[in-house]
Amino acid sequence: MSTLAPAMPLKSVYPTPWRSRALPYAFLLPAILVTLLVVFLPMAEAIITSLYDLILWKPNASRFVGFGNYVKLFADPVFWTALGNTALWIGLTVPLQMGLGLIAALLLNREFPWRGLARALIIIPWALSSVVIALMWRWIYDPNTGVLNDILVHLSIIKSGIPWLADPATALYAVIATLVWQGFPFFAVMILAGLQGIPRSQYEAASIDGASAWRQFRHITLPGIAPVLATAGLLRVIWVANSMDVIFVMTGGGPGYATHTLPLYAFIRARQNLDFGYGTAIAVTFTILLGSIVALYILRTMREVER
Amino acid sequence: MIRPSVIRRILTTDLPVLLIVLLAMGPFAWMVLTSLTPSAQIAQSGVSLSPAGWGVDNYVRLMRQTSFAVNMGHSLIVAVGTVILGLTVSVTAAYAISRFRFAGRKAIMLQFLLVNMFPVVLLILPLFILMRRLGLLDTHLSLILANATVAIPFAVWMLTSYVGAIPKSLDEAAMIDGCSRLMALRRVVLPLAMPGIISTGIYIFITAWNEYLYALTLGGRNVRTVTVAIQTLIGEYQIEWGLLAAGAVVGAMPATLLFLIVQRRLIGGLTQGAVKG
Repeated sequence: MSTLAPAMPLKSVYPTPWRSRALPYAFLLPAILVTLLVVFLPMAEAIITSLYDLILWKPNASRFVGFGNYVKLFADPVFWTALGNTALWIGLTVPLQMGLGLIAALLLNREFPWRGLARALIIIPWALSSVVIALMWRWIYDPNTGVLNDILVHLSIIKSGIPWLADPATALYAVIATLVWQGFPFFAVMILAGLQGIPRSQYEAASIDGASAWRQFRHITLPGIAPVLATAGLLRVIWVANSMDVIFVMTGGGPGYATHTLPLYAFIRARQNLDFGYGTAIAVTFTILLGSIVALYILRTMREVER
Repeated sequence: MIRPSVIRRILTTDLPVLLIVLLAMGPFAWMVLTSLTPSAQIAQSGVSLSPAGWGVDNYVRLMRQTSFAVNMGHSLIVAVGTVILGLTVSVTAAYAISRFRFAGRKAIMLQFLLVNMFPVVLLILPLFILMRRLGLLDTHLSLILANATVAIPFAVWMLTSYVGAIPKSLDEAAMIDGCSRLMALRRVVLPLAMPGIISTGIYIFITAWNEYLYALTLGGRNVRTVTVAIQTLIGEYQIEWGLLAAGAVVGAMPATLLFLIVQRRLIGGLTQGAVKG
Protein backbone atom coordinates (compact mmCIF):
# COMPACT_ATOMS: atom_id res chain seq x y z
CA MET A 1 0.00 0.00 0.00
CA SER A 2 2.71 2.41 0.92
CA THR A 3 4.30 2.00 -2.52
CA LEU A 4 1.14 3.29 -4.14
CA ALA A 5 0.99 6.57 -2.34
CA PRO A 6 4.00 8.34 -3.92
CA ALA A 7 2.83 7.34 -7.40
CA MET A 8 -0.40 9.23 -6.94
CA PRO A 9 -0.48 12.80 -8.29
CA LEU A 10 0.26 15.51 -5.79
CA LYS A 11 -3.28 16.86 -5.92
CA SER A 12 -4.77 13.83 -4.22
CA VAL A 13 -2.95 14.64 -1.02
CA TYR A 14 -5.70 17.19 -0.54
CA PRO A 15 -8.64 15.34 -2.06
CA THR A 16 -11.50 17.54 -3.21
CA PRO A 17 -14.23 17.18 -0.60
CA TRP A 18 -17.27 15.26 -1.86
CA ARG A 19 -19.40 18.32 -1.22
CA SER A 20 -17.73 20.41 -3.86
CA ARG A 21 -17.67 17.49 -6.25
CA ALA A 22 -21.41 17.04 -5.79
CA LEU A 23 -22.08 20.73 -6.27
CA PRO A 24 -22.50 20.77 -10.07
CA TYR A 25 -24.93 17.87 -9.85
CA ALA A 26 -26.93 19.66 -7.19
CA PHE A 27 -27.11 22.70 -9.46
CA LEU A 28 -28.30 20.54 -12.35
CA LEU A 29 -30.76 18.49 -10.35
CA PRO A 30 -33.91 20.65 -10.67
CA ALA A 31 -33.64 20.98 -14.45
CA ILE A 32 -32.94 17.28 -14.89
CA LEU A 33 -35.75 16.24 -12.57
CA VAL A 34 -38.30 18.33 -14.47
CA THR A 35 -37.11 17.06 -17.86
CA LEU A 36 -37.26 13.49 -16.59
CA LEU A 37 -40.81 14.08 -15.46
CA VAL A 38 -42.15 15.88 -18.52
CA VAL A 39 -40.03 14.39 -21.32
CA PHE A 40 -38.47 11.04 -20.53
CA LEU A 41 -41.30 9.60 -18.50
CA PRO A 42 -43.88 10.40 -21.23
CA MET A 43 -41.48 9.08 -23.85
CA ALA A 44 -41.21 5.75 -22.05
CA GLU A 45 -44.97 5.78 -21.64
CA ALA A 46 -45.36 6.38 -25.40
CA ILE A 47 -43.19 3.39 -26.27
CA ILE A 48 -45.13 1.16 -23.89
CA THR A 49 -48.51 2.47 -25.06
CA SER A 50 -47.56 1.74 -28.67
CA LEU A 51 -47.35 -1.96 -27.76
CA TYR A 52 -50.93 -1.98 -26.54
CA ASP A 53 -54.27 -1.94 -28.25
CA LEU A 54 -55.58 1.01 -26.26
CA ILE A 55 -58.75 2.94 -27.03
CA LEU A 56 -58.92 5.59 -24.34
CA TRP A 57 -62.67 5.48 -23.70
CA LYS A 58 -62.65 1.74 -23.09
CA PRO A 59 -59.55 1.25 -20.91
CA ASN A 60 -60.70 -2.18 -19.75
CA ALA A 61 -60.47 -3.56 -23.26
CA SER A 62 -56.79 -2.59 -23.38
CA ARG A 63 -54.54 -5.50 -24.22
CA PHE A 64 -50.91 -6.15 -25.02
CA VAL A 65 -50.36 -6.71 -28.74
CA GLY A 66 -46.56 -6.53 -28.98
CA PHE A 67 -45.55 -5.11 -32.34
CA GLY A 68 -49.09 -5.59 -33.63
CA ASN A 69 -49.65 -1.86 -34.09
CA TYR A 70 -46.45 -1.58 -36.10
CA VAL A 71 -47.39 -4.51 -38.31
CA LYS A 72 -50.79 -2.91 -38.88
CA LEU A 73 -49.03 0.36 -39.71
CA PHE A 74 -47.08 -1.07 -42.63
CA ALA A 75 -50.27 -2.42 -44.17
CA ASP A 76 -52.06 0.89 -43.69
CA PRO A 77 -52.32 2.84 -46.99
CA VAL A 78 -52.88 6.11 -45.10
CA PHE A 79 -49.49 5.65 -43.44
CA TRP A 80 -47.78 5.50 -46.82
CA THR A 81 -49.75 8.51 -48.10
CA ALA A 82 -48.79 10.45 -44.99
CA LEU A 83 -45.15 9.40 -45.35
CA GLY A 84 -45.11 10.60 -48.97
CA ASN A 85 -46.76 13.88 -47.96
CA THR A 86 -44.20 14.34 -45.18
CA ALA A 87 -41.33 13.90 -47.65
CA LEU A 88 -42.90 16.37 -50.08
CA TRP A 89 -43.70 18.72 -47.20
CA ILE A 90 -40.10 18.82 -45.95
CA GLY A 91 -38.53 18.61 -49.41
CA LEU A 92 -40.37 21.66 -50.71
CA THR A 93 -40.77 23.79 -47.60
CA VAL A 94 -37.20 23.89 -46.32
CA PRO A 95 -35.43 24.66 -49.66
CA LEU A 96 -38.02 27.33 -50.50
CA GLN A 97 -37.66 28.91 -47.07
CA MET A 98 -33.91 28.84 -47.48
CA GLY A 99 -34.02 30.33 -50.99
CA LEU A 100 -36.34 33.16 -50.03
CA GLY A 101 -34.37 33.72 -46.83
CA LEU A 102 -31.12 33.90 -48.82
CA ILE A 103 -32.54 36.52 -51.18
CA ALA A 104 -33.87 38.55 -48.26
CA ALA A 105 -30.53 38.31 -46.42
CA LEU A 106 -28.48 39.35 -49.46
CA LEU A 107 -30.74 42.39 -49.91
CA LEU A 108 -30.67 43.32 -46.24
CA ASN A 109 -26.89 43.08 -46.24
CA ARG A 110 -26.66 46.05 -48.63
CA GLU A 111 -26.41 49.66 -47.53
CA PHE A 112 -29.63 51.65 -47.53
CA PRO A 113 -31.12 54.20 -45.14
CA TRP A 114 -34.01 52.18 -43.63
CA ARG A 115 -32.11 48.95 -43.17
CA GLY A 116 -32.79 48.63 -39.42
CA LEU A 117 -36.52 49.13 -39.93
CA ALA A 118 -36.69 46.65 -42.81
CA ARG A 119 -34.87 44.04 -40.73
CA ALA A 120 -37.31 44.47 -37.84
CA LEU A 121 -40.39 44.32 -40.09
CA ILE A 122 -39.30 41.28 -42.03
CA ILE A 123 -39.26 39.04 -38.96
CA ILE A 124 -42.89 39.71 -38.05
CA PRO A 125 -44.12 36.29 -39.29
CA TRP A 126 -41.72 34.71 -36.80
CA ALA A 127 -43.49 36.29 -33.83
CA LEU A 128 -47.00 35.22 -34.83
CA SER A 129 -48.66 32.16 -33.36
CA SER A 130 -49.36 29.23 -35.68
CA VAL A 131 -53.09 29.51 -35.09
CA VAL A 132 -53.13 33.15 -36.12
CA ILE A 133 -51.04 32.32 -39.19
CA ALA A 134 -53.25 29.39 -40.16
CA LEU A 135 -56.50 31.31 -39.78
CA MET A 136 -55.05 34.33 -41.56
CA TRP A 137 -54.13 32.25 -44.57
CA ARG A 138 -57.44 30.42 -44.55
CA TRP A 139 -59.02 33.83 -44.92
CA ILE A 140 -56.63 34.74 -47.75
CA TYR A 141 -57.31 31.42 -49.51
CA ASP A 142 -61.08 31.62 -48.97
CA PRO A 143 -62.72 30.47 -52.25
CA ASN A 144 -65.52 33.08 -52.26
CA THR A 145 -64.25 36.20 -50.57
CA GLY A 146 -60.52 35.51 -50.19
CA VAL A 147 -58.12 38.18 -51.36
CA LEU A 148 -55.86 35.77 -53.30
CA ASN A 149 -58.61 34.77 -55.70
CA ASP A 150 -59.67 38.43 -55.96
CA ILE A 151 -56.19 39.49 -57.02
CA LEU A 152 -55.68 36.59 -59.44
CA VAL A 153 -59.07 37.11 -61.07
CA HIS A 154 -58.39 40.85 -61.29
CA LEU A 155 -55.09 40.19 -63.06
CA SER A 156 -56.96 37.68 -65.27
CA ILE A 157 -54.52 34.93 -64.31
CA ILE A 158 -57.48 32.71 -63.41
CA LYS A 159 -61.06 33.02 -64.60
CA SER A 160 -62.92 32.06 -61.46
CA GLY A 161 -62.02 31.48 -57.81
CA ILE A 162 -60.03 28.36 -56.93
CA PRO A 163 -60.92 26.54 -53.70
CA TRP A 164 -57.25 26.30 -52.70
CA LEU A 165 -57.68 24.33 -49.49
CA ALA A 166 -60.65 22.23 -50.56
CA ASP A 167 -59.10 20.87 -53.73
CA PRO A 168 -56.90 17.80 -53.08
CA ALA A 169 -54.62 18.85 -55.95
CA THR A 170 -53.74 22.24 -54.44
CA ALA A 171 -54.31 21.87 -50.69
CA LEU A 172 -50.85 20.57 -49.72
CA TYR A 173 -49.09 23.20 -51.84
CA ALA A 174 -51.23 25.96 -50.38
CA VAL A 175 -50.22 24.89 -46.87
CA ILE A 176 -46.57 24.62 -47.93
CA ALA A 177 -46.73 28.21 -49.25
CA THR A 178 -47.95 29.32 -45.83
CA LEU A 179 -45.12 27.49 -44.08
CA VAL A 180 -42.58 29.04 -46.45
CA TRP A 181 -43.92 32.45 -45.53
CA GLN A 182 -43.77 31.61 -41.82
CA GLY A 183 -40.22 30.27 -41.91
CA PHE A 184 -38.23 32.41 -44.32
CA PRO A 185 -37.48 35.21 -41.81
CA PHE A 186 -35.61 32.70 -39.63
CA PHE A 187 -33.30 31.86 -42.54
CA ALA A 188 -32.96 35.53 -43.48
CA VAL A 189 -31.78 36.42 -39.99
CA MET A 190 -29.40 33.47 -39.66
CA ILE A 191 -27.89 33.97 -43.12
CA LEU A 192 -27.56 37.72 -42.53
CA ALA A 193 -25.49 37.02 -39.44
CA GLY A 194 -23.34 34.68 -41.52
CA LEU A 195 -22.89 37.27 -44.27
CA GLN A 196 -21.70 39.84 -41.78
CA GLY A 197 -19.02 37.45 -40.64
CA ILE A 198 -17.34 37.40 -44.08
CA PRO A 199 -14.41 39.85 -44.13
CA ARG A 200 -14.82 42.76 -46.56
CA SER A 201 -11.21 42.43 -47.68
CA GLN A 202 -12.02 39.19 -49.50
CA TYR A 203 -14.50 40.98 -51.77
CA GLU A 204 -12.06 43.84 -52.31
CA ALA A 205 -9.30 41.46 -53.32
CA ALA A 206 -11.67 39.62 -55.67
CA SER A 207 -12.83 42.78 -57.41
CA ILE A 208 -9.24 43.93 -57.88
CA ASP A 209 -8.64 40.59 -59.58
CA GLY A 210 -11.62 41.36 -61.81
CA ALA A 211 -14.02 38.73 -60.49
CA SER A 212 -17.64 39.25 -61.58
CA ALA A 213 -20.45 39.65 -59.04
CA TRP A 214 -21.61 36.08 -59.74
CA ARG A 215 -18.12 34.67 -59.26
CA GLN A 216 -17.75 36.60 -56.00
CA PHE A 217 -21.05 35.14 -54.84
CA ARG A 218 -20.04 31.60 -55.78
CA HIS A 219 -16.51 31.63 -54.45
CA ILE A 220 -16.70 33.97 -51.44
CA THR A 221 -20.28 34.37 -50.27
CA LEU A 222 -21.51 30.79 -50.60
CA PRO A 223 -18.51 29.14 -48.91
CA GLY A 224 -18.70 31.83 -46.21
CA ILE A 225 -22.29 31.07 -45.30
CA ALA A 226 -22.20 27.30 -45.98
CA PRO A 227 -21.89 26.36 -42.27
CA VAL A 228 -24.84 28.59 -41.39
CA LEU A 229 -26.91 27.12 -44.22
CA ALA A 230 -26.14 23.60 -43.03
CA THR A 231 -26.92 24.24 -39.36
CA ALA A 232 -30.03 26.33 -40.00
CA GLY A 233 -31.20 23.90 -42.68
CA LEU A 234 -30.93 20.85 -40.42
CA LEU A 235 -32.64 22.69 -37.58
CA ARG A 236 -35.42 23.73 -39.92
CA VAL A 237 -35.92 20.23 -41.36
CA ILE A 238 -36.51 18.97 -37.82
CA TRP A 239 -38.77 21.89 -37.02
CA VAL A 240 -40.84 21.66 -40.21
CA ALA A 241 -41.16 17.89 -39.90
CA ASN A 242 -42.50 18.28 -36.37
CA SER A 243 -44.82 21.20 -36.97
CA MET A 244 -48.37 20.13 -37.50
CA ASP A 245 -50.34 22.96 -35.90
CA VAL A 246 -50.57 25.06 -39.06
CA ILE A 247 -51.89 22.15 -41.15
CA PHE A 248 -54.18 21.06 -38.36
CA VAL A 249 -55.89 24.45 -38.23
CA MET A 250 -55.82 25.10 -41.99
CA THR A 251 -57.17 21.81 -43.31
CA GLY A 252 -57.35 19.33 -40.44
CA GLY A 253 -55.48 16.94 -42.75
CA GLY A 254 -58.13 17.09 -45.45
CA PRO A 255 -59.59 17.05 -48.00
CA GLY A 256 -59.51 13.28 -47.62
CA TYR A 257 -55.93 12.49 -46.66
CA ALA A 258 -54.43 15.07 -49.02
CA THR A 259 -52.62 17.06 -46.31
CA HIS A 260 -51.93 14.30 -43.78
CA THR A 261 -48.32 14.27 -42.62
CA LEU A 262 -47.07 11.57 -40.24
CA PRO A 263 -47.25 13.55 -36.98
CA LEU A 264 -50.63 14.93 -37.97
CA TYR A 265 -51.94 11.45 -38.74
CA ALA A 266 -50.79 10.25 -35.31
CA PHE A 267 -52.43 13.23 -33.61
CA ILE A 268 -55.71 12.95 -35.50
CA ARG A 269 -55.87 9.20 -34.98
CA ALA A 270 -55.49 9.64 -31.23
CA ARG A 271 -57.71 12.70 -31.01
CA GLN A 272 -60.68 11.62 -33.07
CA ASN A 273 -60.90 7.93 -32.34
CA LEU A 274 -59.02 8.11 -29.01
CA ASP A 275 -57.02 5.26 -30.54
CA PHE A 276 -53.93 5.97 -28.43
CA GLY A 277 -52.19 2.66 -29.03
CA TYR A 278 -52.09 3.05 -32.80
CA GLY A 279 -51.55 6.82 -32.58
CA THR A 280 -48.43 6.48 -30.44
CA ALA A 281 -47.15 3.69 -32.71
CA ILE A 282 -47.26 6.19 -35.61
CA ALA A 283 -45.60 8.84 -33.44
CA VAL A 284 -42.80 6.47 -32.40
CA THR A 285 -42.21 5.39 -36.02
CA PHE A 286 -42.04 9.03 -37.09
CA THR A 287 -39.57 9.83 -34.29
CA ILE A 288 -37.30 6.98 -35.37
CA LEU A 289 -37.38 8.20 -38.98
CA LEU A 290 -36.57 11.72 -37.86
CA GLY A 291 -33.83 10.41 -35.58
CA SER A 292 -31.17 10.23 -38.30
CA ILE A 293 -31.54 13.94 -39.09
CA VAL A 294 -31.52 14.80 -35.40
CA ALA A 295 -28.32 12.78 -34.98
CA LEU A 296 -26.67 14.74 -37.80
CA TYR A 297 -27.64 18.04 -36.22
CA ILE A 298 -26.46 17.01 -32.77
CA LEU A 299 -23.11 15.80 -34.10
CA ARG A 300 -22.58 19.22 -35.71
CA THR A 301 -23.59 21.18 -32.64
CA MET A 302 -21.58 19.14 -30.17
CA ARG A 303 -18.52 19.59 -32.39
CA GLU A 304 -19.00 23.35 -32.15
CA VAL A 305 -19.32 23.17 -28.38
CA GLU A 306 -16.04 21.26 -28.19
CA ARG A 307 -14.20 24.09 -29.85
CA MET B 1 -30.82 66.69 -58.17
CA ILE B 2 -30.82 62.98 -57.53
CA ARG B 3 -27.56 61.39 -58.48
CA PRO B 4 -27.72 58.38 -60.82
CA SER B 5 -26.07 56.21 -58.19
CA VAL B 6 -28.98 56.89 -55.83
CA ILE B 7 -31.50 55.93 -58.51
CA ARG B 8 -29.51 52.79 -59.12
CA ARG B 9 -29.57 51.98 -55.42
CA ILE B 10 -33.31 52.54 -55.21
CA LEU B 11 -33.94 50.24 -58.18
CA THR B 12 -31.60 47.44 -57.13
CA THR B 13 -31.98 47.59 -53.35
CA ASP B 14 -34.83 49.67 -51.93
CA LEU B 15 -37.51 48.38 -54.30
CA PRO B 16 -36.73 44.66 -53.90
CA VAL B 17 -36.44 45.11 -50.12
CA LEU B 18 -39.80 46.86 -50.13
CA LEU B 19 -41.30 43.89 -51.98
CA ILE B 20 -39.94 41.42 -49.42
CA VAL B 21 -41.13 43.59 -46.52
CA LEU B 22 -44.58 43.75 -48.15
CA LEU B 23 -44.57 39.98 -48.53
CA ALA B 24 -43.67 39.54 -44.86
CA MET B 25 -46.11 42.16 -43.58
CA GLY B 26 -48.91 41.81 -46.14
CA PRO B 27 -50.93 38.95 -44.67
CA PHE B 28 -50.89 40.43 -41.17
CA ALA B 29 -51.74 43.89 -42.51
CA TRP B 30 -54.66 42.29 -44.35
CA MET B 31 -55.78 40.76 -41.05
CA VAL B 32 -55.67 44.20 -39.38
CA LEU B 33 -57.72 45.72 -42.23
CA THR B 34 -60.24 42.87 -41.94
CA SER B 35 -60.59 43.44 -38.21
CA LEU B 36 -61.28 47.14 -38.79
CA THR B 37 -64.04 46.50 -41.32
CA PRO B 38 -67.48 45.89 -39.76
CA SER B 39 -68.71 42.33 -40.37
CA ALA B 40 -71.80 43.34 -42.35
CA GLN B 41 -69.62 45.25 -44.76
CA ILE B 42 -67.19 42.34 -45.25
CA ALA B 43 -70.09 40.16 -46.40
CA GLN B 44 -71.40 42.87 -48.70
CA SER B 45 -68.46 44.59 -50.34
CA GLY B 46 -65.36 43.00 -48.87
CA VAL B 47 -62.55 44.42 -46.77
CA SER B 48 -62.41 48.22 -46.69
CA LEU B 49 -59.12 49.69 -47.84
CA SER B 50 -59.95 53.30 -46.97
CA PRO B 51 -60.19 54.63 -43.41
CA ALA B 52 -63.73 55.88 -44.23
CA GLY B 53 -65.09 52.34 -43.90
CA TRP B 54 -63.23 51.49 -40.70
CA GLY B 55 -64.64 51.06 -37.24
CA VAL B 56 -63.91 49.29 -33.98
CA ASP B 57 -67.16 47.36 -34.15
CA ASN B 58 -65.42 43.95 -34.20
CA TYR B 59 -63.23 44.84 -31.22
CA VAL B 60 -66.21 46.04 -29.20
CA ARG B 61 -68.03 42.78 -29.92
CA LEU B 62 -64.91 40.81 -29.07
CA MET B 63 -64.72 42.35 -25.62
CA ARG B 64 -68.46 42.48 -24.89
CA GLN B 65 -69.83 39.24 -26.34
CA THR B 66 -66.98 36.81 -25.91
CA SER B 67 -64.82 35.77 -22.98
CA PHE B 68 -61.68 36.84 -24.81
CA ALA B 69 -60.37 38.96 -21.92
CA VAL B 70 -60.62 35.93 -19.60
CA ASN B 71 -58.75 33.83 -22.17
CA MET B 72 -56.00 36.44 -22.24
CA GLY B 73 -55.77 36.05 -18.46
CA HIS B 74 -55.33 32.27 -18.79
CA SER B 75 -52.64 32.72 -21.42
CA LEU B 76 -50.88 35.20 -19.16
CA ILE B 77 -50.89 32.78 -16.19
CA VAL B 78 -49.58 29.90 -18.32
CA ALA B 79 -46.90 32.01 -20.03
CA VAL B 80 -45.64 33.66 -16.82
CA GLY B 81 -45.68 30.30 -15.04
CA THR B 82 -43.62 28.73 -17.81
CA VAL B 83 -41.11 31.60 -17.66
CA ILE B 84 -40.71 31.24 -13.88
CA LEU B 85 -40.36 27.46 -13.96
CA GLY B 86 -38.10 27.52 -17.01
CA LEU B 87 -35.74 30.19 -15.71
CA THR B 88 -35.42 29.03 -12.09
CA VAL B 89 -34.36 25.51 -12.95
CA SER B 90 -32.22 26.56 -15.91
CA VAL B 91 -30.12 29.30 -14.34
CA THR B 92 -28.33 26.99 -11.90
CA ALA B 93 -28.06 24.27 -14.55
CA ALA B 94 -26.46 26.70 -16.99
CA TYR B 95 -24.08 27.89 -14.26
CA ALA B 96 -23.01 24.32 -13.52
CA ILE B 97 -22.43 23.49 -17.20
CA SER B 98 -20.40 26.60 -17.90
CA ARG B 99 -18.34 26.70 -14.67
CA PHE B 100 -17.60 23.08 -13.72
CA ARG B 101 -15.95 20.20 -15.54
CA PHE B 102 -17.53 17.04 -14.17
CA ALA B 103 -18.22 13.49 -15.21
CA GLY B 104 -21.25 13.29 -17.47
CA ARG B 105 -21.15 16.98 -18.44
CA LYS B 106 -21.21 16.27 -22.16
CA ALA B 107 -23.94 13.67 -21.81
CA ILE B 108 -26.09 16.15 -19.92
CA MET B 109 -25.61 18.85 -22.54
CA LEU B 110 -26.43 16.34 -25.24
CA GLN B 111 -29.54 15.34 -23.36
CA PHE B 112 -30.85 18.92 -23.28
CA LEU B 113 -30.12 19.36 -26.97
CA LEU B 114 -31.89 16.11 -27.79
CA VAL B 115 -34.95 17.00 -25.76
CA ASN B 116 -35.31 20.18 -27.77
CA MET B 117 -35.74 18.14 -30.95
CA PHE B 118 -38.40 15.77 -29.64
CA PRO B 119 -41.53 15.73 -31.78
CA VAL B 120 -44.48 17.32 -30.02
CA VAL B 121 -46.66 14.48 -31.21
CA LEU B 122 -44.57 11.89 -29.37
CA LEU B 123 -45.00 13.75 -26.07
CA ILE B 124 -48.50 15.10 -26.39
CA LEU B 125 -50.33 11.75 -26.35
CA PRO B 126 -48.57 10.27 -23.28
CA LEU B 127 -48.69 13.66 -21.51
CA PHE B 128 -52.46 13.58 -21.96
CA ILE B 129 -52.66 10.10 -20.41
CA LEU B 130 -50.29 11.16 -17.62
CA MET B 131 -52.13 14.37 -16.77
CA ARG B 132 -55.44 12.53 -16.81
CA ARG B 133 -54.08 10.00 -14.35
CA LEU B 134 -52.80 12.80 -12.09
CA GLY B 135 -56.09 14.69 -12.38
CA LEU B 136 -54.27 17.69 -13.82
CA LEU B 137 -56.21 17.98 -17.08
CA ASP B 138 -57.69 21.43 -17.62
CA THR B 139 -55.42 23.14 -15.07
CA HIS B 140 -52.80 25.82 -15.56
CA LEU B 141 -50.15 23.53 -14.08
CA SER B 142 -50.57 20.91 -16.82
CA LEU B 143 -50.00 23.53 -19.53
CA ILE B 144 -47.01 25.00 -17.68
CA LEU B 145 -45.42 21.56 -17.35
CA ALA B 146 -46.09 20.74 -20.99
CA ASN B 147 -44.58 24.05 -22.13
CA ALA B 148 -41.55 23.32 -19.95
CA THR B 149 -40.63 20.49 -22.36
CA VAL B 150 -39.59 23.22 -24.81
CA ALA B 151 -38.70 26.02 -22.42
CA ILE B 152 -36.14 24.25 -20.20
CA PRO B 153 -33.78 22.86 -22.84
CA PHE B 154 -33.95 26.13 -24.76
CA ALA B 155 -33.23 28.19 -21.63
CA VAL B 156 -30.35 25.92 -20.54
CA TRP B 157 -28.62 26.33 -23.91
CA MET B 158 -29.16 30.08 -24.17
CA LEU B 159 -28.13 30.75 -20.57
CA THR B 160 -25.06 28.51 -20.82
CA SER B 161 -23.75 30.73 -23.60
CA TYR B 162 -24.61 33.93 -21.70
CA VAL B 163 -23.03 32.74 -18.43
CA GLY B 164 -20.04 31.37 -20.34
CA ALA B 165 -19.36 34.88 -21.64
CA ILE B 166 -18.86 36.19 -18.09
CA PRO B 167 -15.20 35.81 -17.07
CA LYS B 168 -14.61 33.07 -14.50
CA SER B 169 -12.12 35.29 -12.67
CA LEU B 170 -15.02 37.43 -11.42
CA ASP B 171 -16.70 34.71 -9.38
CA GLU B 172 -13.32 33.36 -8.29
CA ALA B 173 -12.45 36.81 -6.95
CA ALA B 174 -15.76 36.95 -5.10
CA MET B 175 -15.07 33.54 -3.54
CA ILE B 176 -11.59 34.61 -2.40
CA ASP B 177 -13.33 37.56 -0.72
CA GLY B 178 -15.39 35.06 1.25
CA CYS B 179 -18.46 34.40 -0.90
CA SER B 180 -19.77 30.87 -1.18
CA ARG B 181 -20.52 29.41 -4.62
CA LEU B 182 -24.20 30.24 -4.29
CA MET B 183 -23.46 33.77 -3.12
CA ALA B 184 -21.07 34.28 -6.02
CA LEU B 185 -23.77 33.06 -8.37
CA ARG B 186 -26.34 35.42 -6.88
CA ARG B 187 -24.22 38.53 -6.34
CA VAL B 188 -21.84 38.39 -9.31
CA VAL B 189 -23.04 36.12 -12.10
CA LEU B 190 -26.79 36.77 -11.95
CA PRO B 191 -26.59 40.57 -12.24
CA LEU B 192 -24.12 40.33 -15.12
CA ALA B 193 -26.19 37.71 -16.93
CA MET B 194 -29.43 39.63 -16.35
CA PRO B 195 -29.82 40.98 -19.92
CA GLY B 196 -29.44 37.44 -21.24
CA ILE B 197 -31.82 36.04 -18.63
CA ILE B 198 -34.42 38.66 -19.48
CA SER B 199 -34.31 38.06 -23.22
CA THR B 200 -34.42 34.27 -22.69
CA GLY B 201 -37.41 34.79 -20.41
CA ILE B 202 -39.16 36.94 -22.98
CA TYR B 203 -38.59 34.34 -25.67
CA ILE B 204 -40.05 31.64 -23.42
CA PHE B 205 -43.02 33.91 -22.77
CA ILE B 206 -43.61 34.39 -26.50
CA THR B 207 -43.41 30.65 -27.24
CA ALA B 208 -45.72 29.76 -24.35
CA TRP B 209 -48.18 32.52 -25.30
CA ASN B 210 -48.30 31.27 -28.90
CA GLU B 211 -48.47 27.56 -28.05
CA TYR B 212 -51.54 25.83 -29.43
CA LEU B 213 -51.49 22.01 -29.51
CA TYR B 214 -50.84 21.43 -25.80
CA ALA B 215 -53.39 24.10 -24.90
CA LEU B 216 -55.96 22.40 -27.13
CA THR B 217 -55.27 18.90 -25.82
CA LEU B 218 -54.56 19.47 -22.12
CA GLY B 219 -56.78 22.52 -21.59
CA GLY B 220 -60.55 22.54 -21.61
CA ARG B 221 -63.55 24.42 -20.34
CA ASN B 222 -61.80 25.99 -17.34
CA VAL B 223 -58.44 26.79 -18.82
CA ARG B 224 -58.83 28.04 -22.36
CA THR B 225 -55.92 30.09 -23.67
CA VAL B 226 -56.08 32.74 -26.37
CA THR B 227 -54.83 30.47 -29.15
CA VAL B 228 -57.62 27.97 -28.52
CA ALA B 229 -60.19 30.71 -28.00
CA ILE B 230 -59.45 32.36 -31.35
CA GLN B 231 -60.59 29.19 -33.08
CA THR B 232 -63.89 29.20 -31.24
CA LEU B 233 -64.63 32.65 -32.68
CA ILE B 234 -65.45 30.93 -35.95
CA GLY B 235 -69.22 31.28 -36.04
CA GLU B 236 -71.53 28.31 -35.98
CA TYR B 237 -73.02 28.60 -39.46
CA GLN B 238 -70.65 30.85 -41.30
CA ILE B 239 -67.16 32.07 -40.54
CA GLU B 240 -67.18 35.51 -38.92
CA TRP B 241 -63.94 36.77 -40.37
CA GLY B 242 -64.18 40.26 -38.87
CA LEU B 243 -64.52 39.01 -35.31
CA LEU B 244 -61.92 36.33 -35.89
CA ALA B 245 -59.45 38.88 -37.25
CA ALA B 246 -60.01 41.15 -34.26
CA GLY B 247 -59.29 38.21 -31.95
CA ALA B 248 -56.17 37.30 -33.89
CA VAL B 249 -54.86 40.88 -33.79
CA VAL B 250 -55.47 41.31 -30.05
CA GLY B 251 -54.13 37.82 -29.30
CA ALA B 252 -50.98 38.36 -31.34
CA MET B 253 -50.24 41.82 -29.95
CA PRO B 254 -48.37 40.97 -26.70
CA ALA B 255 -46.02 38.48 -28.33
CA THR B 256 -45.38 40.65 -31.39
CA LEU B 257 -44.58 43.77 -29.34
CA LEU B 258 -42.25 41.83 -27.04
CA PHE B 259 -40.57 40.28 -30.05
CA LEU B 260 -39.90 43.65 -31.64
CA ILE B 261 -38.42 44.93 -28.37
CA VAL B 262 -35.97 42.07 -27.85
CA GLN B 263 -35.34 40.98 -31.44
CA ARG B 264 -31.86 42.48 -31.72
CA ARG B 265 -30.41 40.87 -28.59
CA LEU B 266 -32.30 37.63 -29.08
CA ILE B 267 -31.12 37.18 -32.62
CA GLY B 268 -27.59 37.88 -31.44
CA GLY B 269 -27.91 34.99 -29.00
CA LEU B 270 -29.63 32.61 -31.41
CA THR B 271 -27.24 33.16 -34.28
CA GLN B 272 -24.05 33.09 -32.24
CA GLY B 273 -23.81 29.31 -32.30
CA ALA B 274 -24.56 29.04 -36.00
CA VAL B 275 -22.02 31.65 -37.05
CA LYS B 276 -19.19 30.19 -35.05
CA GLY B 277 -19.53 26.93 -36.99
